[in-house]
Amino acid sequence: MTGKEYRTITDVKGPLVFLNKTEPVAFGEIVTLRLSNGTIKNGQVLDTSDDLVIVQVFEGTSKIDRESGVTFMGDVFKLPVSTDLVGRILDGAGRPRDGGPEIVAEEKADIIGAAINPYSRQSPNDFIQTGVSAIDLCTSLVRGQKLPIFSASGLPHNDIALQIARQAKLKDSDEEFIVVFCAMGITAEEYNFFRSDLERTGALENAVLFVNLADDPAVERIITPRLALTAAEYLAFEKDYHVLVIYTDMTNYCDALRQIGAAREEVPGRRGYPGYMYTDLAMLYERAGIIKNKKGSITQFPILTMPGDDITHPIPDLSGYITEGQIVISRELHQQGIYPPINVLPSLSRLMGSCIGEKTTREDHKSVSDQMYAAYAQGRELRGLVAIVGEDALNERDKQLLDFSGVFEDKFLRQTRDEDRSIEETLDLCWNLMSAIDTKYLVRLDQKWIDKYHPDNRA
Amino acid sequence: MSNEGVIYRISGPVVTATGMKAAMYDVVRVGEEGLMGEVIELHGDKAVIQVYEDTSGIRPGEPVLNTQETLSVSLGPGLLTQIYDGIQRPLPTLEEEMGVFITRGVDADAFDLEKIWTFEPQVAVGDSVVGGQVIGHVQETETIVHKIMVPPTVSGVVKSIESGDFNVTQTVCVLDNGTEMQMMQKWPVRTPRPFQQKYAPETPLITGMRILDFLFPLAKGGAAGIPGPFGSGKTVTQQSLAKYSDAQLVVYIGCGERGNEMTEVLDEFPHLIDPNTGKPLMERTVMIANTSNMPVAAREASVYTGITIAEYFRDMGYDVALMADSTSRWAEAMREISSRLEEMPGEEGYPAYLSSRIAEFYERAGRVETLNGDDGSVTVIGAVSPPGGDISEPVSQGTLRIVKVFWGLDAGLARQRHFPAINWLNSYSLYPQSLDQWFRDNIAQDFPEIRTQISGLLQIESELQEIVQLVGSDALPTDQQLTLEVARMIREFFLQQNGFHEVDAYCDIHLQYQMAKAILSFQEAAKSAMAGGALLNDVVNVPARSDLMRGRFEKGYIDIIDGMVKKMTDEIAETVEEN
Repeated sequence: MTGKEYRTITDVKGPLVFLNKTEPVAFGEIVTLRLSNGTIKNGQVLDTSDDLVIVQVFEGTSKIDRESGVTFMGDVFKLPVSTDLVGRILDGAGRPRDGGPEIVAEEKADIIGAAINPYSRQSPNDFIQTGVSAIDLCTSLVRGQKLPIFSASGLPHNDIALQIARQAKLKDSDEEFIVVFCAMGITAEEYNFFRSDLERTGALENAVLFVNLADDPAVERIITPRLALTAAEYLAFEKDYHVLVIYTDMTNYCDALRQIGAAREEVPGRRGYPGYMYTDLAMLYERAGIIKNKKGSITQFPILTMPGDDITHPIPDLSGYITEGQIVISRELHQQGIYPPINVLPSLSRLMGSCIGEKTTREDHKSVSDQMYAAYAQGRELRGLVAIVGEDALNERDKQLLDFSGVFEDKFLRQTRDEDRSIEETLDLCWNLMSAIDTKYLVRLDQKWIDKYHPDNRA
Repeated sequence: MSNEGVIYRISGPVVTATGMKAAMYDVVRVGEEGLMGEVIELHGDKAVIQVYEDTSGIRPGEPVLNTQETLSVSLGPGLLTQIYDGIQRPLPTLEEEMGVFITRGVDADAFDLEKIWTFEPQVAVGDSVVGGQVIGHVQETETIVHKIMVPPTVSGVVKSIESGDFNVTQTVCVLDNGTEMQMMQKWPVRTPRPFQQKYAPETPLITGMRILDFLFPLAKGGAAGIPGPFGSGKTVTQQSLAKYSDAQLVVYIGCGERGNEMTEVLDEFPHLIDPNTGKPLMERTVMIANTSNMPVAAREASVYTGITIAEYFRDMGYDVALMADSTSRWAEAMREISSRLEEMPGEEGYPAYLSSRIAEFYERAGRVETLNGDDGSVTVIGAVSPPGGDISEPVSQGTLRIVKVFWGLDAGLARQRHFPAINWLNSYSLYPQSLDQWFRDNIAQDFPEIRTQISGLLQIESELQEIVQLVGSDALPTDQQLTLEVARMIREFFLQQNGFHEVDAYCDIHLQYQMAKAILSFQEAAKSAMAGGALLNDVVNVPARSDLMRGRFEKGYIDIIDGMVKKMTDEIAETVEEN
């Protein structure tokens, strides 16, 4: 059927083109549109029947008229994959953007991606050291995990993501990650920042970039992360690489999803987002993991900006239900000039329990992490009380905890953008900071670790 | 019209076929690849089908074949220890057939049809049997005897019955009317299996979690909802229930949740020991895993597949517990299908029939007299994932209207690392009245009164806390300060429980009672000591009290707790003399 051009467009609405009188067209088939001025656009079939076919056009429908020709390509959307992808920069639809040659396909992979059989998965339990104390101690990252950054506009989530991409490694191993970077609707400035940083550190040679910028067609953003994940799956499960996928910004992706839903006149769910957004996001996030008897892995680091700093907004909310934890960036800490401004209290890594301890990090990790968290949480709470009753009203224990919360932010959270702390350094730092608190208040620390690691006992 | 039609339209998981004779809920095979689907709507000669597999690449004009059967599960020996997808295909078989990624167009038997089981007849030639009656036993796992029952719609006089080794498709019994019976039978998932009558529940499902058993007990045959925002511990709670509850069989449905979580369960369960029988947990478990990225229509079916399997074991006279994590994903699957059908939406885009579907599902829970005259039960525990943690949304509300137990998870508690993060102020159970007699007879005569005292203290604490927020705790009179200390002991010693600790994860119900009594003993001793002039600080800090509290992490705590309480009260009494 490939090759036959139809000129039977009836309606054009938003990103959608409706046409009739076609031969049978497959659901999900890719489509080429040739405009009267010669421009070529691409699309995909969203709905098909004997009478009517609905095509979603990736590049926007501007200049499409009823005379435009539509050709069905006879196949669903596939990405040519090969190891040549590494080191390349592609646009949001998978075409070279770096002036290089077309990718020579070793095979063509369906971009929708099939679900991994839960029975075939392997539980992730390799600790990844990011060199960022707050993450390593409190929300440890595991190879094969999907751990998003919940941020908001104006916060340095990009710096954090890049620092992690640069520093992430398995403890006691030089094995590096291949970074698959997927930009969705970010500004050219942000993109240049990412690219130049990857270039500066030499990481670009070991990276694949898929780039859809703010002025690129919004609908294209629906396929960009799917291309990136298809490339990642190929590199991880066919070529044994450990892949770190960073995608930014999920909020733009979800807005594109809403745009298509609206154009199709679908019944919207919360805040106008489609009711199937949970499933749709899961089709991306669930493409992380490790498979039994395969060497590679996919670790995902999605970045999303919470509209209005609201964590109950559908985008962070649905993401949180799918991902294995979240790292929450705090505006308050950022305004205090603390980098990285990670608020450890609402942050969480669900897989942390399986990757820390004697065999992987250090025997006291869990205990120290619990105590640091608890002391900081109590100290933060006391700040509220102090605002009402004044510091003099506090007892000795509360005073120490209050002071500790400041030290926690200033000495523990704060580090420079290229400071790479090993997990031992992080833990030793914790012990030093906690030594300012009387040992009898450190109830979550096991006595045996106090005997072994407390600075008083080490000297 | 014939059983064969052609595809007219495809829109995601919804396919429309024309020219086919179809009835509602008929199972059909769609397209050249024969993808499995189910008829969910009829318009003139058009049949609307929800397809359980990915539909990309399918074209209008491809054939559709009606099997004329309704969506059914296979029931028989071999169910236990299995892990299925939403339409009862075993995941290990799918791995063999299609590799590690789930593709489509593969059929798989629900269990090994060739495997030989030893059938021991329980009826003799000439006996008359009715639907649901047990005709034979098969020792399926070490702990579970699989009872072979006459299909509910069949009855007659036994003409011949076999004994010995057979596979599930061989005939083991023939009736005088010619009906041949095998060990395997089928049952349509959307139809509840019949029983004689429903009883009022009067036995608690003991879970080993203190806050649940002691404060908010669930009855065997009851239904509970666990709503909570992400990160509040729904899945951990559900998994603890699957591990430690004293049901004889567990059906665990992972409905639209994380793949890695299901893998964790799969890795963990075979190594875990059931505290009630001492045998591997897997031997009493059937798992259904339809993760969030697996086809959405199969997710819709998965809860029905699960509950039908649960009912089947109930009919053998077992107490079955079913965990569905999460029912919100099931509701979302309904919403997605509904919107593809262009149905008029109800609240938040959910179909108008959402609450009746939820009610129908939970109504399949219950304690019943089976057709065989035994007592069996299905207990349903459904997790709910309300958007933004706000339970005013339709799924939470639809659930709360029907369940009698509400375990409300609280993000604030989770953030304080108080686990299980079940809020003791807004959770409730409507079962205590019917269960109190059991607790009195089996645990202690004053069990309900002790519970009332404990929950009363927590209530008073929450009122006092409001004052403390304003003026600080030092401004309270000492008796109220003591109340706060006692309440803190309830929270930290009793309500908090470490689901990952080898000892603390499961707490015997007798021990729960003793721990509650220990807290009240502390209150008594402290009160009288303070009346004698002792200082609150001294009373609270007696070493024996922290020994008592830490003791719960030790094995054999139940044997020494009395002595520890005695030591604590003695030490508290001594604080009077120090002053």
